[in-house]
Amino acid sequence: MKLVRLTGLLMALLLVNATSAIAQDVVIRNATVLTVTGGTLENTDVLITGGIISEIGKGLRTPRGTEEVDATGKFVMPGIIDAHSHIALSSVNEGSSPVTAEVSMEDVVNPYQIGIYRASAGGVTTSHLMHGSANVIGGQNETVKHRWGSSDPNDLRFEGAPRTIKFALGENPTRVHGRRGTGGTGAIVPATRMGVEQVLRNAFEHGKRYMEAWDAYDAELASNPRAVPPVWNERMEVMADIIRGEVLVHCHSYRADEIVMLTRVLKDYGVDKITFQHANEAFKVAPELAAYGAHASVFSDWWSYKFEVYYSTAYNAAILIRNGVITSINSDSGELNRHLYHEAAKTQRYGNLEDDEALATITINPAIQLGIQDRVGSIEIGKDGDIAIFEGHPLSVYAVPEMTFVDGVKVFDRAADPDDVRLEVDPEGAIGQYEGQITSRDHFHDQNEVIDFLEAFGDLEDVITETTHN
Amino acid sequence: MTLLLNLVLAVLMLLPQQQDQKARQGTYAITNARIETVANGTIENGTVVIEGDRIIAVGANVAIPAGAEVIDGTGLQLYPGMIDSGTNLGLNEVGSVDETNDTNEIGDITPHMSALTAVNPNSVAIPVTRVSGVTTVVSESAGGLLPGTAAVINLYGYTAEQMTAGSEMLILNFPQEPSGAAQGWGPQRSAQERKKGYEDAIAKLDEVFDRAELYDRIMTAYAASPAGKAEPVYAPEMDAIRPVLSGDRTLMLKVNAEGDILKAIDWVKERELPNVVFSGVSEGWRVADKLAEAGIACMVGPVLATPTRSSDRYDKAYANAGLLSQAGVKVAIRSGETENVRNLPFNAGFAAAYGMGQEEALKAVTLNAAEVLGISDDYGSIEVGKKANMFISTGDPFEPSTQILALFIDGFNVPMESRHIDLYREFLNRDEGRLQPMEVLPADN
Repeated sequence: MKLVRLTGLLMALLLVNATSAIAQDVVIRNATVLTVTGGTLENTDVLITGGIISEIGKGLRTPRGTEEVDATGKFVMPGIIDAHSHIALSSVNEGSSPVTAEVSMEDVVNPYQIGIYRASAGGVTTSHLMHGSANVIGGQNETVKHRWGSSDPNDLRFEGAPRTIKFALGENPTRVHGRRGTGGTGAIVPATRMGVEQVLRNAFEHGKRYMEAWDAYDAELASNPRAVPPVWNERMEVMADIIRGEVLVHCHSYRADEIVMLTRVLKDYGVDKITFQHANEAFKVAPELAAYGAHASVFSDWWSYKFEVYYSTAYNAAILIRNGVITSINSDSGELNRHLYHEAAKTQRYGNLEDDEALATITINPAIQLGIQDRVGSIEIGKDGDIAIFEGHPLSVYAVPEMTFVDGVKVFDRAADPDDVRLEVDPEGAIGQYEGQITSRDHFHDQNEVIDFLEAFGDLEDVITETTHN
Repeated sequence: MTLLLNLVLAVLMLLPQQQDQKARQGTYAITNARIETVANGTIENGTVVIEGDRIIAVGANVAIPAGAEVIDGTGLQLYPGMIDSGTNLGLNEVGSVDETNDTNEIGDITPHMSALTAVNPNSVAIPVTRVSGVTTVVSESAGGLLPGTAAVINLYGYTAEQMTAGSEMLILNFPQEPSGAAQGWGPQRSAQERKKGYEDAIAKLDEVFDRAELYDRIMTAYAASPAGKAEPVYAPEMDAIRPVLSGDRTLMLKVNAEGDILKAIDWVKERELPNVVFSGVSEGWRVADKLAEAGIACMVGPVLATPTRSSDRYDKAYANAGLLSQAGVKVAIRSGETENVRNLPFNAGFAAAYGMGQEEALKAVTLNAAEVLGISDDYGSIEVGKKANMFISTGDPFEPSTQILALFIDGFNVPMESRHIDLYREFLNRDEGRLQPMEVLPADN
């Protein structure tokens, strides 16, 4: 026990030092480099200086003190980006109202959560930490880098990443709000997909008028110093920022009709940046999504866990990509996010995507959807030193992630993995005891995952009952 | 790549199912394929002949019967159908819709419930599963201490009679000793209450088996000399446990945590139960030697899972099956899935990559699984005399890029159809003339 604590403490000290500033210089030698945007480069070096990819080429000369990593026979790819995650959060759903644009996940980031390290051990370097799907307009999300080792939540922030917000359509908001209370006694709109549209339109119209009132006030202020400002409203501030294009919309959605509905609403308010999350039926309206310029972030193969995903196909991503829709594969799971490279590979089983197309679904495509494509998502000079090294091609089922770098800092090294990597050992916690409980229902593999799912998908009492049977 | 696609298309043109969308038995000769027999190694450029529901010839030099439908397997591979030793397939159609969920009967002691009764042969998930090369699964009821019998079913048929692979197992959810930490959601029970709950569950388990043994003795005695005696009261729960006491039916004991596994090993020994396999076994690697010593086979998985403890190395769930196998435990792999049993080969692939090796991992989803389930006379390998459960693929079925091209279950050449494939066909190129022609379709296009 003492040893465990000591190891954790040591790890923390080492990593905190590493992450809290010191940009590291590292050269990865003689690898097969999967740049994603610029083809595959054999026997190539990648040099990261000051946390940034500074050179790509053969036999690079490096500054004194540069750490050498021999990657002969190994594959190097851009750090994986998970466009839909709920790891490292101490709460997920502000399910108290159909519109809660004012809340933000930046306030609940937990840097100690082991899931951050485990995702890094799967080559993931950036995650989009999302609000849950209880509300039609949920909270703002937080894009983070996996700077494991810091105890300061702010260290994880992807500095400069655009703000994003969670929307949700369909069964979750209509259940959470429209069927609230015993026998629906506390029910409020929306109880139907019709209601969902009107909740959206109402929020957008109020946001637009709020924005116009402030614009008018600002204009009047120039000539009238005693102009009276409108009443401040944080929720409406966010709605106005969405209309201004300063907050990107990421919308939990499943059915084709509701997906098209949201594009109609957004069009009326001039919002053109939209990523449909999950979007199991997006394939049915792929031409419409392509025409709108909408993006999709989907599961590799999840379906049938609820009615609105019964008419799904694992070929969703392939159909969308063949129809010109920028598409990513996400995890929404503390289990799946450890093998997103494998989830991306399934687009080859289900739709014969080329290697670079499959890899793009977990690198450059999610980067575009999060507005961080100038920083991450491919191996290019000038981009961040976020890199994953694999033994075996990452699209092979036999691929094993070996090292992961964030800003040139090594956050995972399989050869030096100390087994217990916890940063915080809770004396009340289940040290040395069995924490998980395997359930055989759905895609839940342990209780944490069930909790993640429940929090993400709203207050699913039915699912709680079912999963705890096992 | 293009060469491969052309090859695939060329082969598809030859497959008999092109002409007939219904599954058919007949005489089939699959020629020039690389045959992974599992039981007897790999045969390059070999031929397999199927007649009716059985394999009648396997080898490099095999005569093709007159009238056989020949499927040219040049450049392709032939594998025995994969077997998933733990799923809820067919019992649960739409996860959150209670009305479609037949896994959990009311009551804690319901060993007389039969999963085979409730498996829906027309579940949409069944074709979705079999086109991955998984031809046989264990479908489990759930909940309580003794939820019923799990069914071993082949994934083609219109009735339970047509689908059963001839084996059922009694499920026991072995009581879980509570950890020190608060668990789950909602109101928490105190540590004392949880401990009491566990002790009660163990006591109940013993009581049930004590009663079953007594019932068995009474019934056996009555059957030996019924004359002049009143017929004993019928107790369906006790009746359902009897074949496990005699060893005629396997007890599938579901257990995961280290302490529970050790307790279960002792319990099985004390009870002198002759035919027991463990299922789940996520912390098996901690006590692999003990499991090997006890000679208990394990149906391990899901492999694609998080470690059970936050202090564990990140890859322990991937490595578990291999660590058990290396310790000498007979291992089958289970996905634990319902609608995504098609991920069984990927569970096996991860186990292979994290220490088990490809050969053992393949066994864990074919021959080992068949042996553990007691169906290896008919299934699990490509051998003369066995049932024709097999599939033709472009390569290693654990690799996501591999395409499964044709499928046989009990000798039926089953079309490569599923809702997922149907939707792909319909929507890939939804607006006619608007987009480029598709490059390749799975299966029979």
